[in-house]
Amino acid sequence: MSTMTIAKAINEGLRAKLSNDPKSFVMGEDIGSLGGVYRVTEGLKKEFGAHRVMDTPLAESGIVGTAIGMALRGHRPICEIQFDGFVFPAFNQITTQLAKIHTRSDGQLSAPVVIRIPYGGGIGSIEHHSESPEALFAHTAGLRIITPSNANDAYWMIQQAVECQDPVIFFEPKRRYWLKGEVDTENSPGDPFKAHVVREGSDATIVAYGPLVPVALAAANAAAEDGHSVEVIDLRSISPIDFDTVEASVNKTGRLVVAHEAPTFGGIGGEIASRISERCFYSLESPAIRVGGFHMPYPVARVEEHYLPDIDRMLEALDRAFAY
Amino acid sequence: MGKAQHAASGTAGDASPIQEAAAPDAQAPGRPQAGGSSGVLQQRAVGPDEAVQLLDEHGTLRHEDTFSPYIEALDPEVLRSFYRDMATVRRFDTEATALQRQGELALWVPVVGQEAAQIGSGRAMKPADYAFPTYREHGVALTRGLDLADLLKLFRGVSNGGWDPRETNFHLYTLVLAAQTLHAVGYAMGISRDIATDPETEPAAVVAYFGDGSSSEGDVHESMVFAASYDAPVVFFCQNNNWAISVPFEVQSKVPLVNRAGGYGIPGIRVDGNDVLAVYAVTQWALEHARNGHGPVLIEASTYRIGAHTTADDPTKYRMSEEEELWKTRDPLQRLETYLRASGLADDEFFEQVKGDGDELAGHVRRATLALGGADIRQKFATVYAEAHPLVAEELAWFENYEASFADADTNNSQIQGGAA
Repeated sequence: MSTMTIAKAINEGLRAKLSNDPKSFVMGEDIGSLGGVYRVTEGLKKEFGAHRVMDTPLAESGIVGTAIGMALRGHRPICEIQFDGFVFPAFNQITTQLAKIHTRSDGQLSAPVVIRIPYGGGIGSIEHHSESPEALFAHTAGLRIITPSNANDAYWMIQQAVECQDPVIFFEPKRRYWLKGEVDTENSPGDPFKAHVVREGSDATIVAYGPLVPVALAAANAAAEDGHSVEVIDLRSISPIDFDTVEASVNKTGRLVVAHEAPTFGGIGGEIASRISERCFYSLESPAIRVGGFHMPYPVARVEEHYLPDIDRMLEALDRAFAY
Repeated sequence: MGKAQHAASGTAGDASPIQEAAAPDAQAPGRPQAGGSSGVLQQRAVGPDEAVQLLDEHGTLRHEDTFSPYIEALDPEVLRSFYRDMATVRRFDTEATALQRQGELALWVPVVGQEAAQIGSGRAMKPADYAFPTYREHGVALTRGLDLADLLKLFRGVSNGGWDPRETNFHLYTLVLAAQTLHAVGYAMGISRDIATDPETEPAAVVAYFGDGSSSEGDVHESMVFAASYDAPVVFFCQNNNWAISVPFEVQSKVPLVNRAGGYGIPGIRVDGNDVLAVYAVTQWALEHARNGHGPVLIEASTYRIGAHTTADDPTKYRMSEEEELWKTRDPLQRLETYLRASGLADDEFFEQVKGDGDELAGHVRRATLALGGADIRQKFATVYAEAHPLVAEELAWFENYEASFADADTNNSQIQGGAA
């Protein structure tokens, strides 16, 4: 057991993978000597060399497109897209090529490419640096999408992403990069595509992932002061979604709140609300309630506090659920 | 005469005519020229009437110091086989077009007119080399040893691929323009990685096929940037067939595409794409350059799409038949036939045999296509992901139940009908 930040945990996870899989390598913009703009790859180039930690030209489609080619040759590329809002030049390669190669080849080829993307807001940054585009990728069959909310998951899930035979988009909650936690480097937390109940409760369930898991936990603690026992689920995987764990929880609590930073409309929350409504219809005491961003491009930093779901927004959603 | 542009210094050796031609004298006419000051780019370009040619339209062999030796080394049987391959893919193309017209294919992408560009470049490849095609490289597929009938699975709607690329090192057709150029560069970078970690790795190069229309896509630019930066062993092979569906080449570029090579610091060669000997020779040169660790090469093969873009296209709406007639006089098969006959390397018997073999292949392709079964959506469920996926499993289970419910209904219906009778 050791204490480390999420950023350091990803760094250590990458180090472990680079050490035990000679076909793996890291590629992206400014990830070598600089160690990435968030220093997630710090020290890796020095340790493994430029061959394993490749600074690339500044071209996102090129990063993903060449990674596909290298994967077809049997290599294990781990790409970094510098910020969420800059993944779109690579959107074509990810959705029309990477996601489809396995099925296009009738299962003969696979492209086990990992794409790391720091995502989410709350960092007071400029346009394109605070977005949550996960739903756009979740809508694309052929991709897997996971996102850790704590250091232990960060350490293990990045390695599990590299080991997966399918392409994996690994969303990193950038405003939590410096959140410290205990990391058990000996024992894996298990299947990266399973959700975890991170707080048990009996009156309502909050489902969150990535940067909003700490917010959901804080909201649950605040609700406890009002006498409400709230369960919190860390989804961990956005595609596939572990509906079974959510279903079991909601059958117990009868109320569901789903929270993410991404806009509510067309988001992951809607998918969870719909499926859980079907599965738990007779257990539900209220409709599933979504907490998320507004239907607007991510706003300027000076007003992002009004956009991002916080403890009060989650409590307001719980109030609405309890009002039924 | 042969012209090649080489902007990088030293990679091809000082004695190479590729470098001697580094400053072609052709200039785009009517363009304002900045002064001769240092630091001001001079507008020099390989012109549209320049290309490496070894066999002219009349079937006369021409000598070029750098590239002729690749042809002079060839056995006559190889020259005859170039013709055989071109005639075979043309016959195949005719059969596939007929299958589409008869409703057996959803669509077909004719290759007629581009046989020399494809057979010449494909035959220059070694088995360990790897080709990343667009969706029109039927001739390259032949040279890589594919059963051409496999190409039709895509167009019959039974597969989005149709073959295992690892068996012939011929990747699946890619329909999103230029996406495959990045895959090709990545694959080439992968070869370099393998060689770096295992010296026993067989040196190999990759050919990235694309067209004049695709040359405007950003992925072509990014692929050349990556290839140049990492000295990737890749040959960019552009078949400039002059038409991107209905849009003429002039809308894609003001100058021949080969001129872009200089901007990436890589060698560029413009070749007569209807001259199979020249295409073979320049591609051999480029592949050797790449395999020997000198990095990428851009080849622009000047050719023409004699037929329609696809069987859904109507070229009479956008181009003049005079242009098509002009290009028919540059036919890649005719000129090689003239040469083979004139030099006594082939006679009537050979050409009759090629025709008969072509008919036989066409028959095989037709029979194989008509024998293709339908597709199974269960196989589609099974190949979305490489590893088990709960949503796919859930939806497949639902689908099976749904289908089974009709089976029950069918049984009930037949029982009811049986009872009534």
